[in-house]
Amino acid sequence: MFLQTWLLPVALLVIATIVAFPLSRYLAWVMDGKYRQLPVLSWFERSLDSGPQNWKQYTGSLLIFNTALFVFGFLVLAVQPWMPLNPDAKGMLAPSTIFNSVVSFMTNTNLQHYAGDVHLSNFSQVFFCISNMFLSASVGFCSLVAIIRAFRGEASLGNFFVDMWRVVIYMFIPAALIFGIIFMSQGSPMTLNSSYQVSTLEPAAMGTTDKGEVKKQTIVVGPVAALESIKMLGTNGGGFFGMNSAHPFENPTGVSNFFNTLAMMIFPFALVFMYGRMLRRLRHSWIIFSVMLLLMAGTIVWSICFDTLRPNPGLTAHATAQTFQIPNAKAPGGKQDVTIPAVAGLPVDQHLGNLEGKELRFGTSAGATFAALTTDVTCGAVNAEMDSLNPLAALSPMVGMWLNCIFGGKGVGMINMLLYVIIGIFIAGQMVGRTPEYLGKKIGAREVKLAVLALLVHPMMILMPTGLFAALDWGLKAVSNPGAHGFSQMLYQFSSASANNGSAFDGLGVTFGFANNATPSPTAIPWDIATGLVIVFSRFLPIIAPIAMAAFLGAKTTSPAGLGTLHDDTPTFGILVLGTILIVGALLFLPVAVLGPIAEHFGPMPFGG
Amino acid sequence: MNKASKTEETKSATPGQPHSSHRVKRRGLLDAETALPALKQAVIMLRPDLQWNNPVMFVVEIGAILTLFSIVQMAFGKSASQVPLTYFIALDIWLFLTVLFANFATSLAEARGKAQADSLRRARQKTMAYRRNKAGAIEEVSSADLKPGDIVVVEAGQMIPGDGEIIEGVAAVNEAAITGESAPVIREAGGDRSGVTGGTTVISDRIVVEITSGPGDSFLDRMIALVEGAIRQRTPNEIALTLVLSAFTLVFLIVVVPLWPMAWNAEQYMMGYLGASEPLKSLGTDIPTLIALIVCLIPTTIGALLAAIGIAGMDRAMQANIIAKSGKAVELCGDIDVILLDKTGTITIGNRFATKFIPVGKYNAADVGRLAAMASIADETPEGKSIVALYEKESKTRVSVPLETQPVPFTAQTRMSGVDMPDGHQIRKGASDAVIKFVEAIKGRVPEDLGKIVDGIASQGATPLVVADGAQIVGVIALEDILKPNMIERFDRLRKMGLKTVMITGDNPLTAATIAARAGVDDFIAQATPETKLAYIREHQAAGHLVAMTGDGTNDAPALAQADVALAMNAGTQAAKEAANLVDLDSDPTKLIETVEIGKQLLMTRGSLTTFSIANDVAKYFAIIPALFAGTLPWLKPIDIMHLHSPTSAILSAVIFNALIIPVLIPIALKGVAYKPLGADALLRRNLLIWGLGGVVVPFIGIKLIDMVMAGLHLVN
Repeated sequence: MFLQTWLLPVALLVIATIVAFPLSRYLAWVMDGKYRQLPVLSWFERSLDSGPQNWKQYTGSLLIFNTALFVFGFLVLAVQPWMPLNPDAKGMLAPSTIFNSVVSFMTNTNLQHYAGDVHLSNFSQVFFCISNMFLSASVGFCSLVAIIRAFRGEASLGNFFVDMWRVVIYMFIPAALIFGIIFMSQGSPMTLNSSYQVSTLEPAAMGTTDKGEVKKQTIVVGPVAALESIKMLGTNGGGFFGMNSAHPFENPTGVSNFFNTLAMMIFPFALVFMYGRMLRRLRHSWIIFSVMLLLMAGTIVWSICFDTLRPNPGLTAHATAQTFQIPNAKAPGGKQDVTIPAVAGLPVDQHLGNLEGKELRFGTSAGATFAALTTDVTCGAVNAEMDSLNPLAALSPMVGMWLNCIFGGKGVGMINMLLYVIIGIFIAGQMVGRTPEYLGKKIGAREVKLAVLALLVHPMMILMPTGLFAALDWGLKAVSNPGAHGFSQMLYQFSSASANNGSAFDGLGVTFGFANNATPSPTAIPWDIATGLVIVFSRFLPIIAPIAMAAFLGAKTTSPAGLGTLHDDTPTFGILVLGTILIVGALLFLPVAVLGPIAEHFGPMPFGG
Repeated sequence: MNKASKTEETKSATPGQPHSSHRVKRRGLLDAETALPALKQAVIMLRPDLQWNNPVMFVVEIGAILTLFSIVQMAFGKSASQVPLTYFIALDIWLFLTVLFANFATSLAEARGKAQADSLRRARQKTMAYRRNKAGAIEEVSSADLKPGDIVVVEAGQMIPGDGEIIEGVAAVNEAAITGESAPVIREAGGDRSGVTGGTTVISDRIVVEITSGPGDSFLDRMIALVEGAIRQRTPNEIALTLVLSAFTLVFLIVVVPLWPMAWNAEQYMMGYLGASEPLKSLGTDIPTLIALIVCLIPTTIGALLAAIGIAGMDRAMQANIIAKSGKAVELCGDIDVILLDKTGTITIGNRFATKFIPVGKYNAADVGRLAAMASIADETPEGKSIVALYEKESKTRVSVPLETQPVPFTAQTRMSGVDMPDGHQIRKGASDAVIKFVEAIKGRVPEDLGKIVDGIASQGATPLVVADGAQIVGVIALEDILKPNMIERFDRLRKMGLKTVMITGDNPLTAATIAARAGVDDFIAQATPETKLAYIREHQAAGHLVAMTGDGTNDAPALAQADVALAMNAGTQAAKEAANLVDLDSDPTKLIETVEIGKQLLMTRGSLTTFSIANDVAKYFAIIPALFAGTLPWLKPIDIMHLHSPTSAILSAVIFNALIIPVLIPIALKGVAYKPLGADALLRRNLLIWGLGGVVVPFIGIKLIDMVMAGLHLVN
């Protein structure tokens, strides 16, 4: 039982580290342009190279590229009904959903207010989903590389388009090929066919038509393995199927689950080392890596302890009623009692922990492990139902999104970590009696302003809209449960959007469906638009501001390290960074954590009375 | 005024002389002279336009005013609440107290700074001046009428009417008015000690001074203005920190504002759960309580003390008799990593001392000592005196010569000095080549081993003086540089602080290396010229170092201007003082070491209190959040880990703690966090433990204590 629970997470962390370390060397080698261009490809690379760019040109190119991606994505989804590879004649999604999906995929978020198997044709899956998955992951990657070059004090941050080319061609395509083949070997479909009609083993399992004919089951297929590999490698997370990595075609076996999980970890892990290598500060990156790994292990242990090792409270007996006193609403100053009644248990064997919403073919702890990992690395894929996690266990994926720096997504996670590092050094680093420095460069008012600005966007984009929706019908009518659990659903949705994560707590009425849907969810449009806007703000400001910050910081003279300077490669430094993350993170999100998962945990069972 | 300063005053003010001020004194933290005006100023600063200077406290003030409005509303029965009105009144009082405490911290530090400036200003008073006009006649004018370029004559007992340079004469000057040091110093025309400051008194002799500054623009005037200006001036680090604090304030507004609808959501849910018809009302939707939460979360502690910390830093420099031309200069001191120190006067006592007598030929050491002492009997230079002293110490006899002995003084031509005895004996001591020439001229013989001995002494960094008795060379005197006491320890301390020490000397590289090794400095510049100093500073700055140096001469000015931190000696020339950003009134070059520590302490105090302030918030959350939702989500009781008496008591305790921690920390803000040269990493570990971990733990204890006291006294229900 012990081994069964802990082998998977430990193996994942260890193997991901072992793979990431040498991989980082390759990444640094490629991004420093030390490779020989393949003859067939060199023409492309030369024509893409528009010359060295300063930080304004680099971010300008990044924004132009994303605008183009937005227009292209919008077009692809809008013309879906008239495009090929659409034998099932899928219609056009509602415009608000298209807007939401396009910004979501453009920004590596992959929040899906639709279900891929129901609403998208294979044409859209290939030209919208898969292409965006390669490109959006690369954008974050390139931003980090630009920051590294700026920190190195280079006048040019490189060329955005060449960087994109390098990431896609030399990293993601080969890696995606390898993982695609693994997923195919495990049984993921890889076809341009759209669906099969099959007779079910059990007669009439799908019901019968009015004429009494036995209905056939529609099995949706498509280029699943191709999408799956980049979905995980690029920490995109948008599933081919609505069920995401819990679906037997996306994630057929325990083995595929292992590789699925591993795939989302290796690049975020490797990027930390790449950062150290490119700056020639490998020891520093080891410290950052350790902090991240510690936090990641913490979130995994937390979710396993509160989910895999705890029964589902909804099925468990609560033998005694609990009575609490609250002020009386009718008589000011008076008291009234609130009683949580005793609940009888259900006859369910719970010795394997909370199994609600889990795929048992992956093992008992796979769901909890995946839940923690998918938000730590901002992937957003799921292989278990987040909504069904035990209340406290659900805190773990939320913390991953709130901190947004436990490895994080492609590049941006490391960038967020750098912001915490800068703030930590600025506040606590003064305690060594020197003007705070990072990489030997003095942190001044301008750098701090940009770092704080970038850090501020995230809590603002989570808390403000959550507060707004919590008080309006948009939120109150969308949740599937009242009270704390419903609050968690809203909170999770905006956290996921702002962290550019894309996983969903589910239970929210956010799906409009096709534009001609007669009975859409009434709250779908506000959710489409609100999360879409959150995604955009939380994506670009925290990329542009840090690049500017790095450019200003990098331009300063480097003062050599000495006995009097704060060393960034010591365990003490790690504690400083860890403390900054925990305290700042706790201060920002403790109130909502209390109102959501914690209130649910202590409150009446099952779920919100 | 405390006792210590009174006695000092009586000591320095000798009768018959114009009343002069005293050393800038150390103050008790709360003497009436500064505390009362500070208290008044704290209230005046409540004016919103003044309060705006401190954005964090401005937010608190707005919150306190809003709370006042809602109290008035409630008092007139326009709105109702579950909790009694007294809770809101208590809350509001503490919010206003928070602002007042913050203002008091700032104005107290300002008042202390002003008091320092005032005590300097007392030195500046009108006197009569004796101006020499073009015709050479002396006329009596008021010192206020002096213009730059005027020539004045100052006699013993008179006060120097303005800043200037001595152009004729030499005098002992009492500079107690600015330094507090009553021992007079020598100022003379030409050289690096020609600068005099207005307000100081000539004790002996007569000097002619060319006035260099106009009325109201004297060095002291400008210093006072700078100190007063610098008090309100924000340093770059302070500006950046203010930004971060404002951002944190904004962040917590972002955290707390959405809490209102969220709490409303919980109320709605609970209404449904209870099937109640009346809407529930929790503290979570109570505006004054949310204001209290904001106030507790925003970094009020450091926001309140930030200005005080900066002012106190300058104040500490002033207490060390260092005038900083800007707060930035003090702050920069902490960042210094290369420190240039003149050998003479800083590392060594300044004069060479005889340490050994080495005989040649048939003579013994006692002979050498006796003859050397006789040769030096009329030598008034410190070297000469040290020779006599060494002989008398070694032989325990006094040196004496017959009455008719003729002294032969040192001249640049002979490069020797000595005595001619009544019997015709010529005893000489001097540079080896000069003495050899002298001996050979009177057909004497130069011993073979002389050259080796002389070279041996020179190679050890000492200066050999050869002694001759007539045509006989007797032996050699070794003159050595003597290190100032404690210098080795101080360099060790500097090294532990991570500073590289560089000795500047005019000596040859060999001598310089020996002394450098003995003193324990890391590097040296031998045969230093102003150009080599400048080049050395530039080279290190290009490598990213921040360089500090001291200087007093006009030729030091370019290097002083180039250095990041430049400490000029007040006794030095005007040019040096202009070029430097710090001036030491005591003219003690080793002060540079102290300034580095003052700078480091300033930055450390700021970092420590910021860390403490932010770490405090964790505990406040645990007090306030359960209280906010006690009315709607009563099952959140388990997160009230402090087991506070009641929701209102919890919130009041947090607010009271938040307010009281400000005056509690004022002494630390003013005195500064103790700096220990441990190296950055050990220092960080130590301070993270004290201020980081301490910042998390202390408020848990403090809030619980306040809660217990209030509950015990039945102040809360």
